[in-house]
Formats: sequence, C-alpha cells, structure tokens
Amino acid sequence: MTTPLLEMRNISIHFGGIKAVDDVSIDLMPGEVVGLLGHNGAGKSTLIKILAGAYKKDSGEIYVDGKKVDIRSPADARKYNIETIYQTLALSDNLDAASNLFLGREITTKFGLVDDTKMEAESRKIMARLNPNFKRFSEPVRSLSGGQRQSVAIARAVYFNARILIMDEPTAALGVHETAMVADLIKELKAQGLGIFLISHDTREMMELCDRVSVMKNGQLVSTERVEDVTEDDVLSMIIMGKKPGEKEDA
Amino acid sequence: MGDSLGKFIKTLQLDTRLLGMIGAFLLIAVIFNVATGGTFLTPRNIFNLTLQTASVAIMATGMVFVIVTRNIDLSIGSIVGVIGMVMGLVQAFWLPEIVDFGSPVIVVVTVICGIGLGILIGGLQGWMIGYLMIPSFIVTLGGLLIWRGAAWWVTRGTTVSPLDPNFVMLGGASGTIGVTASWALAIVGSLATVWFLMSSRRQQASHGIAVKPVWAEVVLGSILVGSIAGITAIINAYEVPVRVLQRRFERAGLEMPEGYTEAYGFPISVLIVIAIAIVMTIVARKTRFGRYVFAMGGNPDAAELSGINTRLLTVKVFALMGGLAGIAAVVASARLASAGNDLGTLDELRVIAAAVIGGTALAGGVGTIYGAILGAFIMQSLVSGMGMVGVDAPFQNIIVGAVLILAVWVDIIYRRRTGEA
Repeated sequence: MTTPLLEMRNISIHFGGIKAVDDVSIDLMPGEVVGLLGHNGAGKSTLIKILAGAYKKDSGEIYVDGKKVDIRSPADARKYNIETIYQTLALSDNLDAASNLFLGREITTKFGLVDDTKMEAESRKIMARLNPNFKRFSEPVRSLSGGQRQSVAIARAVYFNARILIMDEPTAALGVHETAMVADLIKELKAQGLGIFLISHDTREMMELCDRVSVMKNGQLVSTERVEDVTEDDVLSMIIMGKKPGEKEDA
Repeated sequence: MGDSLGKFIKTLQLDTRLLGMIGAFLLIAVIFNVATGGTFLTPRNIFNLTLQTASVAIMATGMVFVIVTRNIDLSIGSIVGVIGMVMGLVQAFWLPEIVDFGSPVIVVVTVICGIGLGILIGGLQGWMIGYLMIPSFIVTLGGLLIWRGAAWWVTRGTTVSPLDPNFVMLGGASGTIGVTASWALAIVGSLATVWFLMSSRRQQASHGIAVKPVWAEVVLGSILVGSIAGITAIINAYEVPVRVLQRRFERAGLEMPEGYTEAYGFPISVLIVIAIAIVMTIVARKTRFGRYVFAMGGNPDAAELSGINTRLLTVKVFALMGGLAGIAAVVASARLASAGNDLGTLDELRVIAAAVIGGTALAGGVGTIYGAILGAFIMQSLVSGMGMVGVDAPFQNIIVGAVLILAVWVDIIYRRRTGEA
C-alpha cells in the first residue's frame, strides 16, 4: 500500500466547553478527492482549518508523506504545499487579482520592492490556463463576479504548486456554468496527482467528484466510505442520523 | 466635448478623484484670491501656507496607514506636544552642558531623540492595540490625555525658548535653501520624474502588458515637469524683505548694494514634506509592508490566512505614525522657535480630516499618500484664507467642520457612482 499524501490522526479541538472536533482521523492519497460532509457545525470547516494552520489543534497528529509535521500557522501549512480555498473567498477586495494571488508571497525586485509588473505577467500566464476569459487584472477584485473571484483563489493555490488542496464550498457562490468550470478544474488537478479535500453541501455533486466521502456529525467522524460502495441515500442518512450504512438495518 | 475629455483622462490613466481634489483646491484658492483682493495667491502667502501645512501634512501620510488598517490615532497631537517638550529640554538644557553652543551635534541628537521617542510611544500604543486587542480608539484616546499630561509634567508647564538656531532652521523661514539650489532640485526632480515614467513603461512593455500611447506619456510628463517648474518659480519669486536684508548686511558690517535682492527658495520643512511624501508613497505601493497594510484593511481575515502577522503589522503601523509625529514635532516646534506644552493641540483632528478629505475611507483598505497631503493643503488654505478675509474664529470652525462633512459626502457619492463600494 502506498503512503498516504496526508494523514490526520486522532485530531481534537475544543472551544470553551464544546468539542468542535473530537478524535477524528482522515487521510488522503495522491490524485484522490475526499469529500467532507455534514451539517453546519458538524466540524468540517474546523477540521480543515486545523490543517490550513488557522486553528491550533489540542491533540492529534498530522503526517505529510508519512512524516510527522507541525502546523501552527497558515505560513507553516504553505510550507508543506497545503493550499486552501475558503468558503468566504479569503481575498482582499480592495487589491487587484495579482496582488491577491501573490499575497504573502510577493515577487520582489533586486531592491526588495514588490514587482507588480512581473506579478501581473505571471497572473496572466496562470489565468490563461485556468480561466482564459479572465481579463480584468488591474481592477480591485471586489468588482469581479463570484466565478472570477473563485478563479483568483484557485489560481493562487495552483500557482504555488499545491500538493494538498482544501476547497471549502468552492461552488457555493457560483452560477451553473461556473460550477461546471470548477468541477472540470477539480478533475484536471486530480489527474495531475494533487490530493483534494472538498467540502460541500451538495451531496450529488460530491458523489460525482469524490473518490471517498467522510461524514461528520457533532464533531465526530461517522464514517469514511468509497463512493461506489454507497448510494446518495446512504450518505444522506449518515449525515442526518449519524449512522453507518451497515448499522441502518439494525436500527 | 465631455465625452472626449473623459476619454482623454482615461488614456492618461489619471485618477479622477485626484483631479477633483485639485479642482476643489484651485477653486478655494481662486475664491480667496478674489476675496482678499489678490493677496492669497501671492508668492509670499503660498510660501507661508506651505510652512504652516508641513507638520500636519507629514502626519497625514502616516494617518493614511492607520485608517487603512481600520484603526484611528487620536493621540498624535499630544505626542507632538510631549516630543516637542523633550526635544526642547534636550537641546536647550541637557546637550549644551556636554557640547558647545551652536554645535551641529545638538540638532542631530535632538532630532534622533524626537523621532526615537515617537517610534517608542507609537510602538507601545500599537502593541496594546495589536496584542492586547484594546480598540485603537480607546488606546489613543487614553494617549491623548496621557501624553498631553506628560508634556505638561516634563517642564512643569513652562515653555522652552529660544531653541537651538540650527534646529529652528528645520521649520521656519530662517531655513531655506536659496534660489539656485531650489532650481537645481527642481531639475533633479524633473529628470527623476521622466526617468520613472520611461522605466515603468519599458518594464510593462517587456512583460507584454499594454502601455499608454506615447503622446499620453508625453502629456503626462509635461504636466508633471511643468508643475514642478511652476511651484519652484512661485516659491523663488518670494523675496526676502528689504528691511531683513539691510539688517543682515548691517550685522555683517557691510553696506547693502543698491538694488540688491535675494529670494528664500524652498524651506527645509517643505523639502522634508516632499521627501516623506515620496518615501511613504513607495512604502505604500512598492513594499511588502505597504501591500500588507492595504490587504489587512481590505480583509483582515484574508490577510491573516495568507500568512501575514497582522498583530505585528499593527505595531509597525503605529510605530511609523509615532515616528512621523516625531518629525512633525521637529518641524512644528522649529517653526515657532519654542516648545510650549500646547504644541500640537487639536492636530490629531486636522490630520484625520486631511486624510479623510484626501479620500482615505474610514471603513479601511482605501487611501493615498498624495491625497492626504493635498487634503492637508486644502484644510490649511481654508483656515488661513478665512483668517485673511477676516472671518471670525467661531465661524472658521463652523465652516471647516461643514467642509469636512461635505467632502466625505461627495466622496461617498463618487464611490457609489464608480462602484467602489
């Protein structure tokens, strides 16, 4: 068996008295899409924020390529090529596409000043690949559509050679056409060998895009199943009842 | 006609807000010039206006960063006060015991002390805001009282005067560089402007990014170089009054030649403003620090998730503001040739008003250095113009307050129209 690209073992975190994530273990293989499902407040977003370095876990271990890693900040996560596309589209609305794409990792000139021309040129290159219709490079991203903003966020992850990509509701704010575009992109990135965690409420979309789904409820992992082994109804009942498909008959 | 003008402006890639502000500034200047029978736009008055605006303009550049990061600094007027007093003591009482009177060491050490103290005070306040999470409004409101009290306490309320003669040159009409040096600087500035336009064009072209047509670059360059030359000519036209010259010759024991004239040239304090404007613009637009300041203002969460240490950034922004307040204290106390404990009183409000009139949005994320400096000049022109016309002091305040509100309202409408949120 090959080494997983990423393993999160026995992860727990609590806020005040509430256990937001309780002893959860998940893993991710290269070229695999794993869906995280669950109600609002089930702990999906909290779990991936631990991986992205936005929250510090109370206990548990994270392994990248079988090696234990210590992720304490977003900068640490980036060091291990873990890139995140947030539900809220973590972009600075007042900056242009290139500034957002390179935020925190600016290209600088030999005098140490930020090289906007170079960054814009690089942005144009990556965008030509991801979203050839994207032309508005010098406008603040607030004036862009949801899909265009999403492509800036995705371009940021792709440009910096993400190996592990976390997508938190990547299509929530998008129209039909743009959603299809993101789905195609996920397939393409998967084919390139990236491991992708996908969070979504759209069970049908998840069944189509994912190789495996992990369902969470009340901070705990209900089960991880291969999509070909379960039906959409099985997954829905796991989300609602918090029970594995096998347990259903007993109930 | 309107359409072709719009196209012209667009081709030049000019900032329409900037054009609007320049228009407002010129309108104010022309109205006061008519009302004062032509004295408002004399070289003498323009020269004095630049001197009076210097300290507020210096601080307004720092206030842009503070407001862009969704903070406020109400303490800077009091910081100017306490730094002015400490610098007064350093140069008038402490240093003269160690070095000779009139030694250049005095001015250098005093200025370093002033700026250093400003960075310390600003950094301390920034630490409380960034790491202790106390709202900047509260920290700096406390600072407003604390540092004004400290200014009073340092000298038990007495005014330190006179200040070191070299130090005084940094703020007033006694420190000017003369006609020749002023023109030399204007030429250097013009060459630098042309070089900058050409090199950024070349760089854009080398990356295959569309550039403006050549004629647009030439027009833009001509406007900029023309402005530099025009301002220099106006400042150089202000001649030293004959009485002052006569006294200077008498003191040297010489006879003043018939028809001898001399002009002041650029005051040192105005050159300080220009230098700070250039440096701060580069910091805002071309450094990572500046980029992070704007990113944090636009979306603090996004900035943090991008790996930016927003807490430390807050400390740096307030330390920078404090350092600029230190420089402003140098210029302000030097202009008055004394350090009183009321130095800088209400400056925080003038500085905030200048930044806001200059297009800095209190919601954060938006603001320009040149806008803030222009805002400072608009405020000062209004105040000193009304003084010249003979508007009563209470009415002056009423009008300045109304103009501030009006300016922000116009800005809100402008933003809504241009879809800038």
